[in-house]
Amino acid sequence: MRSFLLNRIALLVPIFFGVTLIAFGFIRVLPGDPVLALSGERTMTAEKHAELLAKLGLDRPIWEQYFTYITNILQGDFGTSLLTNRPVLDEFLELFPATVELGFFAMIFALVVGLPAGIIAAVKRRSFFDQSIMSLSLVGYSMPIFWWGLLLIILFSSILHWTPVSGRLSFMFDVDTVTGFLLIDSLLSDEKGAFGSAVHHLILPSIVLGTIPLAIIARQTRSAMLEVLGEDYIRTARAKGLSPIRVIGLHALRNAMITVITVIGLQVGVLLAGAILTETIFSWPGIGKWIIFSVFSRDYFAVQGGLVLIAMCVMTVNLIVDLMYGLINPRILHTR
Amino acid sequence: MKIKYCGVVAGVATAAIMALSIPGAASAKTFVFCSEGSPGGFNPSLHSAGTDFDASAQPIYNRLAEFKPGTTEVVPGLAESWSASDDGLTYTFKLRKGVKWHSNKNFTPTRDFNADDILYSFNRQWKEDHPYHGVSGGKYLYFGWMDMAAALKSIEKVDDYTVKITLNSPDAPFVSNLAMDFASILSAEYADKMAAAGKMETVDTDPIGTGPFVFDSYKKDAFVRFTAFDDYWEGRPKIDKLVYAITVDKSVAWQKLQAGECHLMPYPNPADLKAMEKHADINLLSQEGLNVGYLGFNAEKAPFDDVRVRRALSMAINKQNILDVVFKGAGSPAKNPIPPTMWSYNDDVVDYPYDPAAAKALLAEAGVSGLKTNIWAMPVARPYNPNARRMAELIQADWAEIGVEAEIVSYEWGEYRKRIRAGEHDTALLGWTGDNGDPDNFMFVLLGCEAAKSNVARWCNTRFDGLLRAAKQTSDQGERTQLYEDAQVVFKREAPWFTVAHSVQFRPVRKEVVGFKVHPLGSHIFKYVDLK
Repeated sequence: MRSFLLNRIALLVPIFFGVTLIAFGFIRVLPGDPVLALSGERTMTAEKHAELLAKLGLDRPIWEQYFTYITNILQGDFGTSLLTNRPVLDEFLELFPATVELGFFAMIFALVVGLPAGIIAAVKRRSFFDQSIMSLSLVGYSMPIFWWGLLLIILFSSILHWTPVSGRLSFMFDVDTVTGFLLIDSLLSDEKGAFGSAVHHLILPSIVLGTIPLAIIARQTRSAMLEVLGEDYIRTARAKGLSPIRVIGLHALRNAMITVITVIGLQVGVLLAGAILTETIFSWPGIGKWIIFSVFSRDYFAVQGGLVLIAMCVMTVNLIVDLMYGLINPRILHTR
Repeated sequence: MKIKYCGVVAGVATAAIMALSIPGAASAKTFVFCSEGSPGGFNPSLHSAGTDFDASAQPIYNRLAEFKPGTTEVVPGLAESWSASDDGLTYTFKLRKGVKWHSNKNFTPTRDFNADDILYSFNRQWKEDHPYHGVSGGKYLYFGWMDMAAALKSIEKVDDYTVKITLNSPDAPFVSNLAMDFASILSAEYADKMAAAGKMETVDTDPIGTGPFVFDSYKKDAFVRFTAFDDYWEGRPKIDKLVYAITVDKSVAWQKLQAGECHLMPYPNPADLKAMEKHADINLLSQEGLNVGYLGFNAEKAPFDDVRVRRALSMAINKQNILDVVFKGAGSPAKNPIPPTMWSYNDDVVDYPYDPAAAKALLAEAGVSGLKTNIWAMPVARPYNPNARRMAELIQADWAEIGVEAEIVSYEWGEYRKRIRAGEHDTALLGWTGDNGDPDNFMFVLLGCEAAKSNVARWCNTRFDGLLRAAKQTSDQGERTQLYEDAQVVFKREAPWFTVAHSVQFRPVRKEVVGFKVHPLGSHIFKYVDLK
């Protein structure tokens, strides 16, 4: 187990440096710069432009900027936002819990609906239920998040008035930030009704963000289950007279879960990408919206630092997923 | 049966959640503005976007002079009155007495607003050796863009309620600059206290002002909250609470407005305007924006250095068609470089008619045939041009009718502006939104000889420039008006631009809102707003 863990951690080092190169290089490859982003239609001579770039520390040689960037990150300094002048790490930590909360409930939605749907589709293969699930999952996977979100807002918020339009909390409540997770903070606050409002505001964004992972999980679960249900040991278990629930839930599902967990782990990356659009549509104050705005504003340091922080989160989740394989199938721990 | 059961469960769950969402106590009179973005900070001198100023300069602060809401007329603010010396170099400001400062958990003021606050607010931006100059990044963009450092010679405190500002040269628009958001007045006492506590940046993150609303809190990308300032010098605002609900997507903001989750939204989608006009609960306010959209000819490149070519190409463009197709009724035709709402607008100027035959003849007279050129189009929608690409296509088609072949060129927005400044274009679409309501802010900035090396037209006309410089030197409004009117005649004659349109700005607001006025400079001012 320890060598497995050390192997996985050692792999993170080259990945980390690769990510820093991409984060540093990507924003600089984009045309425009922070001075141009701020100046609008204002006329500016080349000399003035260079003077303002120098003030932002962007006039130094590229290799020197990268070296400063790397050494700072290794000391925990992810830079200072050019727009807000606040440490990038502070901005990230302020917004990250909102993305985690949304992603968590989106994943819950995807699992609670997707796993059973996939299992039942596999067990009742080629039935009307199976075909419906597969068709719906294809539609769910294909729908643009932006369009899907707007559609749900128009139906459930504007027409039916069942859900709020956007945001994380009604403007009527002012909840102090303790953990950053609004469901917890609203329970800790003395604002009566805040918890209900927070739950209410989570419904639509979780459904929108969770739709694509749901579709993928349903399909992958069905595929994995079909493969396992065809194995000899399943036939043996049935022949021994085990109940269907024991056969499916204990023997089949456990072996199918390895593939499914891989997919769930990969969905974290999808959730973070989807969060950009979902957070924009629902005015959800998370890191997705923040990073895209930083790109548009050419906030070099926010993008450099923010991308690395996001990559570190994704790498951590994938590491946890790798470890979970070992728990589900101990043979994997000893595989070289 | 199972579906019915699920539907009942879902309905009960939703009702329960909705019941739990109702607040316990009765709400204060709260106005909610669906702001389109998050502020970068709360010190307006450090930022440059409308979203920054809406969340700082307008609710929290005041300035020496102010713009009368809905107009660009400069009226007294923290200065009760001012006078200029005969040579136009020295301005003496008499400050308003009894103006109170806000207080917060860090600070309780021990005195009213006075001259020390003026000196702090300007010297911080101006003097590089000021202890606060480098705080919070120290980027005073607008102070630089309005050339304040070049303009100012000295700022002196004569007494607690008198300040004398001396300029290096007469500059009539100077007082208008003092009404701009970057010139907001901060508390020197608060700054001193925070410096002593080693927390200088708190001045910019937990702001203290004299404005109509006290800053409460900011949840990044979510809400900015303010409370009415009971001791505001103009009188306490009628609303108790002001909330900015940050809503980036305009379609979503429109849904929120309809649902009553906010009272006002800015910059609606043009596609939603018809629905807003018809909606029973919405008033669609509008006003011509203080802007102009234009196609500039690069006068440094042949054949655009020939005024006949510029006139001919202007006459070949069907302006009304552009207004119909691109602006869809949300624009008015432009003939001058300044909008009609601006003082000194010369309505006697006659625009070039749409006359392709005359255009062809004039091109022939100039000896130009088979002209191949380019039209640069912005990749982004701007307040003065909702679709530059489409506009360029229409112009391209119009020019093809007179035998001019034009290629449409576009770059990413920042790159576009950079290349235009370098003069890479033959003709380019761009525009301008005014900063301070003064004609100088349009004409001198965009068409003066000083800017000729970096503006779109790269045009320097000594007669035109001379008129603008003379208009800077005098503060006599009548004299300035005449000079600018003459300048507009020269502009039309020399045709460095094809002036396209002034766009209309729209603000949909819920019917229960009273007292809100659309401001030509785009600011959102809520101090006179009430909810009935």
